[in-house]
Amino acid sequence: MNGVLRFLLWIAVALVGAFALATIALRRGEPISAMWLVVAALCTYAIGYRFYSRFIACKVLMLDARRATPAERLDDGRDFVPTNKWVVFGHHFAAIAGPGPLLGPVLAAQLGYLPGTIWILAGAVLGGCVQDFVVLAFSVRRDGKSIGQMARDEIGKLGGTVAFLAVIAIIVILLAACALVVVNALKSSPWGFFTIAATMPIAILMGFYLRRIRPGKVLECSAIGFVLLLIAIWSGQWIGHSATWAPIFTFGAPALALMIIGYGFAASALPVWLLLAPRDYLSTFVKLGTIAVLAVGIIATRPTLQMPALTRFIDGSGPVFAGSVFPFAFITIACGAVSGFHSLISSGTTPKLISRETETRMVGYGGMMAESMVAIMAMIAACSLQPGTYFAINSPAGIIGSAPQAAAATITSWGFPVSAADLETLAAHVGEKTLLNRTGGAPAFAVGMAHIFSKSLGGDAVMALWYHFAIMFEGLFILTVLDAGTRVGRFLLQDALGHIWKPMGRTSWYPGVIVTSAVMVAMWGWFLWQGIHDPLGGINSLWPLFGIANQLLAAVALSVATTILIKSGRLRYVFVTLLPMIALVTVTFTAGLEKIFHPNPRIGFLAHADQLAAQGAKAQLVFNDRLDAAVTAVLLALVGLMIAQSLYEWARILSGRKKAVVQESPFVASRLAPEEA
Amino acid sequence: MRALRLFWQTLREIFDEAAYERYLQRTGDVASRESFAAFLAAGKPARERKPRCC
Repeated sequence: MNGVLRFLLWIAVALVGAFALATIALRRGEPISAMWLVVAALCTYAIGYRFYSRFIACKVLMLDARRATPAERLDDGRDFVPTNKWVVFGHHFAAIAGPGPLLGPVLAAQLGYLPGTIWILAGAVLGGCVQDFVVLAFSVRRDGKSIGQMARDEIGKLGGTVAFLAVIAIIVILLAACALVVVNALKSSPWGFFTIAATMPIAILMGFYLRRIRPGKVLECSAIGFVLLLIAIWSGQWIGHSATWAPIFTFGAPALALMIIGYGFAASALPVWLLLAPRDYLSTFVKLGTIAVLAVGIIATRPTLQMPALTRFIDGSGPVFAGSVFPFAFITIACGAVSGFHSLISSGTTPKLISRETETRMVGYGGMMAESMVAIMAMIAACSLQPGTYFAINSPAGIIGSAPQAAAATITSWGFPVSAADLETLAAHVGEKTLLNRTGGAPAFAVGMAHIFSKSLGGDAVMALWYHFAIMFEGLFILTVLDAGTRVGRFLLQDALGHIWKPMGRTSWYPGVIVTSAVMVAMWGWFLWQGIHDPLGGINSLWPLFGIANQLLAAVALSVATTILIKSGRLRYVFVTLLPMIALVTVTFTAGLEKIFHPNPRIGFLAHADQLAAQGAKAQLVFNDRLDAAVTAVLLALVGLMIAQSLYEWARILSGRKKAVVQESPFVASRLAPEEA
Repeated sequence: MRALRLFWQTLREIFDEAAYERYLQRTGDVASRESFAAFLAAGKPARERKPRCC
């Protein structure tokens, strides 16, 4: 294609994207097609990738295809393996995509589709994709070092310690929030519980199949596991409707929480091949397939967005979570826009597979764009529901009550008409007794997804199957995150405790495994337990905490990247990482301080604790709020220290008081032929 | 055709089939219960520490 045509093509993409963005931003009073969001997203990603990521690759990072990557230099056929860029892309995407980009946008939809959509697009193109890309590129230039190691090498010991503590905090809060989502999705749902419970024997069966019957045939085994899952979903309806079996599989929130805590402990201590590995394969298989099918479903059905662009809850009075658009929309949607957790993947397995430095652009920047698109799809699924239904599912009992008539009356009074009969009919359609107060985002996403799928395949008759498929899909995702996260947290603890007492650091020493697994599970189990007893539904406190922790880790990663740019003498381009870092620090510190000190009890932990104390509530509830406030304060203090140390380091380098030494691996010319790139 | 091959290659990499094949090449072993168990054992430390993102 010649230059003029290419130029005209990009002008056309920019114009179409601008028109789509203007439509979603300015159209008021009438529902719009979800395709406007899809078109706006695709054009924004195309422009961002073509121009901004190229600028970063060429000018800021100066990627060099002739420089051998660690995958080539340290090729051991196991950890370091030069791999085709599309294969690495798929591998990286499978690792970064989890339940976060599906749940955050669903929760943020209470503000309307506009704030969340704008943040997903701008946050990803200017922040999240940049973070994943630069961390990946810097890790490739440092033999695949982790973000913690880079923080220690480039900023100092404090940087490494803060990164370590931030990771532990994120894992604990993430696991608690995710577990709470599963509890809320499965409470009083025999069909849902049976389906999720069935994934465990299926995973164990897969483990034996792989080990004993067809060793190494993972794809074949995952396909068989998937078919068994479908059978479990299908048969779950008989369980749900059986007078004998339904009560056996019906549990309340406390019982489910205890089961999940027990599961997390067992999964962390059991052999990997038995449960974790096959579940991981099964989860990845279902995840990739379902995301692809959801994309096709949205394009095929082109649903209409029933949620307005902006709701009355932009003032901070929302029932799903309390707090105004700034800063709470920005921390509610972490994954899908900017996720600090990705810096662990970008400096974990992925840099060890990259064949050429230049491929970090497609894998790092492009991989995050794909995840961002998943978040847009989740936003569409949530906003295609009638707003009244959306609020009935996502609002805690403490706000709308748990009786259909009272809930419908409250929600209707907000300007989102819904009747008790509508709610009962919808619950019956999806095979549940009620959908009220199913906070956490998963059930609302499942209803939205079932709504989209049923329009293109099967109609209302199969809506219950699609709903339980979606619940199974999210439950599988989340339980995979739970068992992998508990195990990773356990190793981090063992590494740290091993410095104090050596036997604790030995991963083969069973008492150490048991103790650290128990500590890890106890930490997230505590937050889960407090979530299910929180009168505000738990998600109101846990999800913002998770968002704050996650975005703070992103700020840490971006401050490491900024330090490296300054040390490399690329001060003029430092805005690429510095501006998103400043934005994230502003957002997270504002949100963190509001979560601690805001006088509104629905927002501020301390105000809520005081309110509960004045009402004579249980001392445990008051303590929980004060603990949440303390955790938030510790997170803010740690990252504040880290940023202060970074600023000190930058000042010393820029003033010439310290020699800038970049900890890069020396240049070695690549021996890969150009066509292998 | 090339796209399909690449897609299949990606799936094999994501699901560790390619890694198992590389392991067999490296060790000169053949596919069997024992070699797959050894492959799993060799990859255990990395697999156990692999975070799954949110």
